[in-house]
Amino acid sequence: MADDLEPERHGVEPQHPSPTIWPFAFAGGIALLLVGIVVSWPVAIIGAGIAVIFGFLWIREATREVRALPPPPEPEPSVSELALEEDEPSEPERVSRSRFLEGATLGLGAVIGGIVTLPALGFMVLPAFVGQEYEPVDIGPLENFPENSYVTATFVYKKGEGRLGRRTAFIRNNGLVNEVPSMTIISSRCVHMGCPTQPQGPPGGEPTEIKTSSGSVSLQPVQASGFGCPCHGGAYDAEGNRTAGPPVRALDRYEYSIRNGNLILGTPYSVGEVDGEGGKARIKAYRLADPGQHVDGIEQVFYPYVP
Amino acid sequence: MIARRQKSKRRQQLEALILAPLNWLDERDPKLLGGVRYFLFRKVPRETNWFHTLGSATLTAFLVQLVTGVILAMYYKPSANEAYDSIQKITNELTLGWLVRGMHRWGASVFIILLFLHMGRVFLFGAYKYPRELNWLVGVIILTLALFEGLTGYLLPWDQTAYWATVVAININANAPILGPFLGDFLRGGTEIGENTLSIFYSFHMLVIPGGLIGLILLHLYLVVRLGVTPPPWSPAAAGYEEEDGRPARVGLLEPRPRGNGALGRPPRERTGA
Repeated sequence: MADDLEPERHGVEPQHPSPTIWPFAFAGGIALLLVGIVVSWPVAIIGAGIAVIFGFLWIREATREVRALPPPPEPEPSVSELALEEDEPSEPERVSRSRFLEGATLGLGAVIGGIVTLPALGFMVLPAFVGQEYEPVDIGPLENFPENSYVTATFVYKKGEGRLGRRTAFIRNNGLVNEVPSMTIISSRCVHMGCPTQPQGPPGGEPTEIKTSSGSVSLQPVQASGFGCPCHGGAYDAEGNRTAGPPVRALDRYEYSIRNGNLILGTPYSVGEVDGEGGKARIKAYRLADPGQHVDGIEQVFYPYVP
Repeated sequence: MIARRQKSKRRQQLEALILAPLNWLDERDPKLLGGVRYFLFRKVPRETNWFHTLGSATLTAFLVQLVTGVILAMYYKPSANEAYDSIQKITNELTLGWLVRGMHRWGASVFIILLFLHMGRVFLFGAYKYPRELNWLVGVIILTLALFEGLTGYLLPWDQTAYWATVVAININANAPILGPFLGDFLRGGTEIGENTLSIFYSFHMLVIPGGLIGLILLHLYLVVRLGVTPPPWSPAAAGYEEEDGRPARVGLLEPRPRGNGALGRPPRERTGA
């Protein structure tokens, strides 16, 4: 409390000029002038004009008593008077100078802190959520995929990360459905906790390595009756439906297209359940979810927002 | 220094040599050494025993992790293409690298084990009770951060174990209701584990979490000194404090009187009633 700190001010006429807001505008003009010198001359001239006008007003205000002008009809109460009157309940809005400066310091500090912190926090968090599209992957000619038999394809999902950017999918050619090739493309990522599932069955041929526009692709034909996960014992049938273990849904699948006779993998999506087999299967498709998250059933209320 | 008996000239010279810089400091700021002196020579209950050393042991384990971790960071390369090779180099090629990495790796387990033993001591001695609940809470946060250190450090060797363990760990986090999917994406640095994951975990492992741990451990120690060491349950002094002359404190369980004198400021206000 100012009146606690400065009791000797009682009854003493203040010698300093009464408070004025002109210095703020003057400082703003100077700032504009300095910015204008860098940015453009008209801005600098406007800033200089503001600084001159408000500087003049400030000087006039500050020298009022020295020039012995008559005081304005309603003189603003000075700071010490404010402080003295602070305890009177009739004027609750009055704010002492120290209180105002305290608030201004805290407020400005918060603004500066926010200006510095928010972009840094944004950079920390946002790159993980922005621009996370899946690039199409060229898996090579359709002839490599015999009908009604799985081929394990390992391909470069993200370039520049070495083996880290490789993913595996189990691809089965279901033959022509309505005169269009039908493919079942199942992601190897276990939907329990994300370990790599393995096809259950013996190899169906020699592994091959081919080059496509998306880099090298390894193909391994396999006679898969289903898929199993080594980590926690999740088991799936040949359509990717869960048959045993902890997984909560069927294996994820990839959208696909065929361009110039080449199979192109698109965006992966999550699958609740698959009814039927092969080209006649009805797939309950959902947006891609992380392993372990329910996409259907009552448990999906736990995951209302998926980034 | 009080001279109890005549000292040899050589000893006097030696003492002067050691004390000269300390006296210089003491003259500038008496509280500087006063605080250290207070910390080292403060009153503790008579019945303190070896179980009371578990906290210091945990602190020592943490300091070992701190020092060895700083040294490992000089040779470790947190990028997807170099991390595994740099660990192999530290272990197999660089002189004594195997020792420092081994200290860090096994010290991590020692740290966690000591944390739990210390926590058990505090629990069984009732040292978490009034007025020390805040210190228990701080300790719980320290324990959690220490476990996060273990989780983030496990990825850094960047081998198959590390990779798949982290895949599973992140997916467990991503299964938390509501915000889980966002947490998973943040930890991965995207929808899939990649090189960003490694550097995010590295940053958390060596900057974010240790910084928080150091601050919380200082707060933990401050509260220990401020509130005093808890005597064991069989102590006649109960959970109170001994007077400076060694008599049991006048206050008991219901009305402990924290004793902080001198360098660490005023004792808290007397509490009345129960």
